[in-house]
Amino acid sequence: MDTNKNSYTIIFATVMVVIVALMLAFVSGALKDKQTANVKLDKKKQILTSLSVEIDNQDADELFNKIITGGLVINSKAEVLSDSKEQAFEIDINKELSKPLEKRQLPVYIANIDGKTKYVVSLRGAGLWGPIWGYLSLNDDKNTVFGSYFSHASETPGLGAEISQKSFQAEFIGKKVMNNENKFVSIAVVKPGQTAEGMDYVDGISGGTITSKGVDAMLMNCIGQYETFLQQPATGGAKQ
Amino acid sequence: MSKLFSAKTKEVFLGPLSKNNPIGVQVLGICSALAVTAKLEPAIVMGLSVTIIVAFSNVIISLLRNTIPNRIRIIVQLVVVAALVTVVSEFLKAFAYDVSVQLSVYIGLIITNCILMGRLEAFAMSNKPWESFVDGLGNGFGYAIVLIIVAFFRELLGSGSLYGIRVIPQAVYDAGYMNNGLMLMPPMALIIVACVIWVHRSKNKDLQEK
Repeated sequence: MDTNKNSYTIIFATVMVVIVALMLAFVSGALKDKQTANVKLDKKKQILTSLSVEIDNQDADELFNKIITGGLVINSKAEVLSDSKEQAFEIDINKELSKPLEKRQLPVYIANIDGKTKYVVSLRGAGLWGPIWGYLSLNDDKNTVFGSYFSHASETPGLGAEISQKSFQAEFIGKKVMNNENKFVSIAVVKPGQTAEGMDYVDGISGGTITSKGVDAMLMNCIGQYETFLQQPATGGAKQ
Repeated sequence: MSKLFSAKTKEVFLGPLSKNNPIGVQVLGICSALAVTAKLEPAIVMGLSVTIIVAFSNVIISLLRNTIPNRIRIIVQLVVVAALVTVVSEFLKAFAYDVSVQLSVYIGLIITNCILMGRLEAFAMSNKPWESFVDGLGNGFGYAIVLIIVAFFRELLGSGSLYGIRVIPQAVYDAGYMNNGLMLMPPMALIIVACVIWVHRSKNKDLQEK
């Protein structure tokens, strides 16, 4: 058979593309449910990690249901749109960020750790190569950081990717997101050795300057949306 | 067994480990060698993933080699590699989510790895499936070895740890030792790869150009 004929080349290419497309569509379709379940489970694990909960080999689903006692969907004026944990969980923060501030729906997770109420807010921003995201948990004063979790899609290993390390995340514990006048100031991520005026700060990653700045901007933008909510005194809105 | 590992097959497997190393001699796959060698763990994972993908795409191309139209052979090779990588990535997402999160960028990087195209074009297009499979394994391991050597030095000198475990004791830091931040930067990978090639060539006189 002459494999150099034009007609053969075109037929070969067509058949190949159709076969590969069908195969990929089939694989993707067949595995979709399992993948979505995995993504959800991973989100639960991330939220739990931001609360400094050790998951190890425990069932993350069960642990999530036990520790996260409630959820709120609020807008930037702190009006509660829904108080269902499930609805808060379904929100895709990435989609919300593309809407104007007043129209955004913001999830807040309410957790109960050793009898104390904690609030978890959702973060999303941009690193050097791709998106970065995380969760920040606050004590019941809605100001002091109780724990944090950051992750990334494609930051450089050893540099920007270090934001997903426990040592970096632990730096945030005890920092405050508000100043003394109850105004939101965020937490700065600065170059190691430098300081920030009028706000709490943590050391960034050496060699991961752009990712560190991305975390800085993400904290500023995302926690900023919750400002009104954070200014309100804790109402004990946690449904037990 | 004797037929499985004839002298030629053995050479096909062992050649890329040293005399015909994809990074050291053919200078293929350098791009990913820079990206993933700041730490030992991603280097090992990347080495293994590339080995598996090269071996299997080699087999597929070798099976198809007599039917592939010459003019679009590169495209066909690319489609095979991309499809294979996508399928593997989908399966990982469904059945080993943690691994797929860890691999995240590397999965995509595999498609762009020049070793794959190089082996498909130079070997699988003109050899039988079994030899192609062995050639894939050999080149994959040859690539992995260099990656691991580079990552070993970069992680040891750059972070003071190996495979994420601290190996340089605190006392050494107290005495004034510091991690070398330059080791974590991509240029250092190039320099270490160059040193590896240097050592390799001075050991193998027949590789030296006149």
